[in-house]
Amino acid sequence: MATVRKIKAPEVNEALAKSFGLSGDEYKKVLEIMGRTPNHTELGIFSVMWSEHCSYKSTRLHLKKLPTTAPWVICGPGENAGVIDIGGGLAAIFKMESHNHPSFIEPYQGAATGIGGILRDVFTMGARPIALMNALRFGEPQHPKTKHLVSGVVAGIGGYGNCVGVPTVGGECNFHKSYNGNILVNAMTVGIADKNKIFYSAASSIGSPVVYVGAKTGRDGIHGATMASAEFDDKSEEKRPTVQVGDPFTEKLLIEACLELMATDAILSIQDMGAAGLTSSSLEMAGKGGTGIELHMDKVPTREEGMTPYEMMLSESQERMLMVIKPEKEDVVRKIFEKWKLSFAVIGKITDTGRIILRMNGEVAADMPIAPLSEEAPLYDRPFEATPKAKEIKAADLKTPLRPNEALKQLLSTPDLASKRWIYEQYDSQIGNDTIARSGGDAAIVRVHDTNKGLAITTDCTPRYCYADPIEGGKQAVAETWRNITAVGAKPLAITNCLNFGNPEKPRIMGQIVGALEGMAEACRALDYPIISGNVSLYNETSGVAVQPTPAIGGVGVIEDVAKAVGNAFLVPNESIILIGETKGHVGASIYLREIEGSEEGTPPSVDLAIERKNGDFVRTLIEQGKVTACHDISDGGLYVAIAEMSLRNKIGAKILLPTGNSSPERKELIAKLFGEDQARYIITTANADEIIAISKDVGVSATIIGQTNSSGSISINGEAVTIEDLEQVYESVLPEMMAV
Amino acid sequence: MQTAVITFPGSNCDRDMYVALKAAFSKEPLRIWHADTNLPKNIDLIAIPGGFSYGDYLRSGAIAARSPIMQEVIKAANNGAYVLGVCNGFQVLTESGLLPGTLLRNKNLKFMCKTVALKVANNDAAYTKSYKAGAILNIPIAHHDGNYFASADELKEIEDNGRVAFRYCDKQGNTNNDSNPNGSVHNIAGIFSKNKRVLGMMPHPERAVDVLTGGLDGKKLFEGLL
Repeated sequence: MATVRKIKAPEVNEALAKSFGLSGDEYKKVLEIMGRTPNHTELGIFSVMWSEHCSYKSTRLHLKKLPTTAPWVICGPGENAGVIDIGGGLAAIFKMESHNHPSFIEPYQGAATGIGGILRDVFTMGARPIALMNALRFGEPQHPKTKHLVSGVVAGIGGYGNCVGVPTVGGECNFHKSYNGNILVNAMTVGIADKNKIFYSAASSIGSPVVYVGAKTGRDGIHGATMASAEFDDKSEEKRPTVQVGDPFTEKLLIEACLELMATDAILSIQDMGAAGLTSSSLEMAGKGGTGIELHMDKVPTREEGMTPYEMMLSESQERMLMVIKPEKEDVVRKIFEKWKLSFAVIGKITDTGRIILRMNGEVAADMPIAPLSEEAPLYDRPFEATPKAKEIKAADLKTPLRPNEALKQLLSTPDLASKRWIYEQYDSQIGNDTIARSGGDAAIVRVHDTNKGLAITTDCTPRYCYADPIEGGKQAVAETWRNITAVGAKPLAITNCLNFGNPEKPRIMGQIVGALEGMAEACRALDYPIISGNVSLYNETSGVAVQPTPAIGGVGVIEDVAKAVGNAFLVPNESIILIGETKGHVGASIYLREIEGSEEGTPPSVDLAIERKNGDFVRTLIEQGKVTACHDISDGGLYVAIAEMSLRNKIGAKILLPTGNSSPERKELIAKLFGEDQARYIITTANADEIIAISKDVGVSATIIGQTNSSGSISINGEAVTIEDLEQVYESVLPEMMAV
Repeated sequence: MQTAVITFPGSNCDRDMYVALKAAFSKEPLRIWHADTNLPKNIDLIAIPGGFSYGDYLRSGAIAARSPIMQEVIKAANNGAYVLGVCNGFQVLTESGLLPGTLLRNKNLKFMCKTVALKVANNDAAYTKSYKAGAILNIPIAHHDGNYFASADELKEIEDNGRVAFRYCDKQGNTNNDSNPNGSVHNIAGIFSKNKRVLGMMPHPERAVDVLTGGLDGKKLFEGLL
């Protein structure tokens, strides 16, 4: 072994390893692999590579159970993002990722760099990003931190996405006390590429130069991945220096420079520097290629003087890329990056040693084998406890019900159901001129530039269902994305996910993870809807309080002609309103129960995947045939909230009839029907009601005419009316009032 | 009609502008890079697109206004070329002195993206002659610094000479505080140069040329130049 440079660094021992987040056993394994005591830099590399964030050590065993293939899947999990074939020689590349811990500590930069990171994952593979989505969860509105966090996160997402010029077209935002100490910021990017020009990270060409491009390396974000792999306590704010700082202007230049370079044939492999920066990018490239890598740390472009190899390897400075290029193309690459005024440096080469060797000023700063870093990475089969079955809640268990319109108004005034306009108007949703449908629709639709084809995109998860029953909740999250894509007329193709949970070392939490994955896998199989990318965020827990299990799902589908897409707003008066799917009145774990009765009890609605598929295929076919003018899936808040949402957009009224008596049990039944959250349901409007009902009978789908649209300016249930203006007043004022200074 | 679109580092509406100009004039626009030191001859319309030129560091549009290509744009404008600056392009035009006033941060201090109603204030310029006077248009806005401000003297000169192109209004055409999304003085959304050949505006007409996305109300602005 060559001499290891003596840098002034702390002595390496088990105590230091523990402060880096490694366990005693993990440190023993490090000693075994190295055959000696590692130096400070080497220990740093082990600790980030073996962090939960990078190694998936608690979930790898279970993630394997997810279905990841289909004839249209070009690349599943394991690369920077997943790739599917969308026809016409094009591929959609997408992924969702979390930036929870940094966003809690520093909301603006945490959220902004979350957007930057997920964009890089997608354009690294050769795609031009065409859409951004975000799935946000915050604590209770009245919690002292919530307003500050909402305002910082939304400004950060907008600040980054607006500047890079990729439209933010949709997302979701919920509030619940379980997120008081750990907010969730999940961001998704979708891009489009030529399906024959996808770029991968495996570096197999021995002797080829390793090139560093983009922004310079600074001392920000050191140990970010380790920070994101531990529970918070009341001193979490002291970790602010581990949060990176984003520069969307540099990212925009990096996108253009990389895409310009990708149009040449200079790149052999490419990997963005995300979590664990230069460490994970170099190790992944050489590791996947089965090669070795040698880096000269004195050649790494740095922002500050005197940076050590340890700092350079662990920095999470943003807007950086590592690539391996054809040796003869160095000038081509250099010219493009000089044009865009970005750093360019050849910092090393691919070798056949199977080792990573770092040199600084001619001396060896680290020398370690690559394969064991991933192959012998810790893998835990953590003990888990199944979540106990919640109790069944029936309509008869409801307290004395409110009048339906009073309940509706109260529900629309809860932050979860109220208009999210305050948020989405801070995002440029139209840039690119291809946004056909944006926030407020069931799924966003972005046209593929210069074609009639569109991608339908949505993110969904119902954490209260996952908390009550992780298996049903996992199924429901996948099914809801499938339903939302279907509701605009598109064909769902594949999903990405962000698995946000508490501390996996607690069997109860591990049980939530295992259960949710089981449910997700079942839904994916039943709906032919594979998982092609994703990430896991654990330890979303503060002082022992965990977030509700939140496996956020991002779904993507294709619609061949965007002109045939439908929205969820009533378009014309005097059309029939048809309910597709069966309404049983499931009130357990519903928003009604939580918000009106203050109870978070009950089993969630079960998802019958066969019915889900049958109902969805029926609805999609009707939309394709032009028989439907508007369509909305029924989810949070149930049937009556869905009707109100459809009325609000164009102020078209509706008369709904669900005949019932006036006895207390009958009134409870009506409430359960109106606000229960049975799955696999849609509301459609049409001028062809008789025809649709006839077809539904032929194919065995439950379809019922429940009313008519009208120009009354109000919606009514069994003759009791409320004006749309009244509803709008409530619906639109909640977030602005909550966020008012 | 030969058009050109300028791209600064950080421009991000350059492609959308290119697409809109190509469709309006049935001819490929030229693409001009910020570091170019001269403009091709015989360009009739130069478009400065939206985005975050040079990251909008220092002040929105301030660095772009001092770029090599802008010195050429200023010369061309002085020689009577048409120059259209949209959003960040408007900011570049005020920073470069081609148009008076400045764009301050929105009154609510937030980035704002939505479709707003605009009233055609003067239709005696090529850009607006295809609209009826007082017509109400629906055009998207997307900006953080769109709050137009000018000194009292400048404002008087602008108003007296019919240099206001568009004002923010409500659906009925009322221009008041309630229909002013960003705090602009006199609800001003866009202004002309003295010769009415330079137009700066915060709303994005290039986002209103497709019935499936932003509607069609921006089309006539380009058609007026034909």
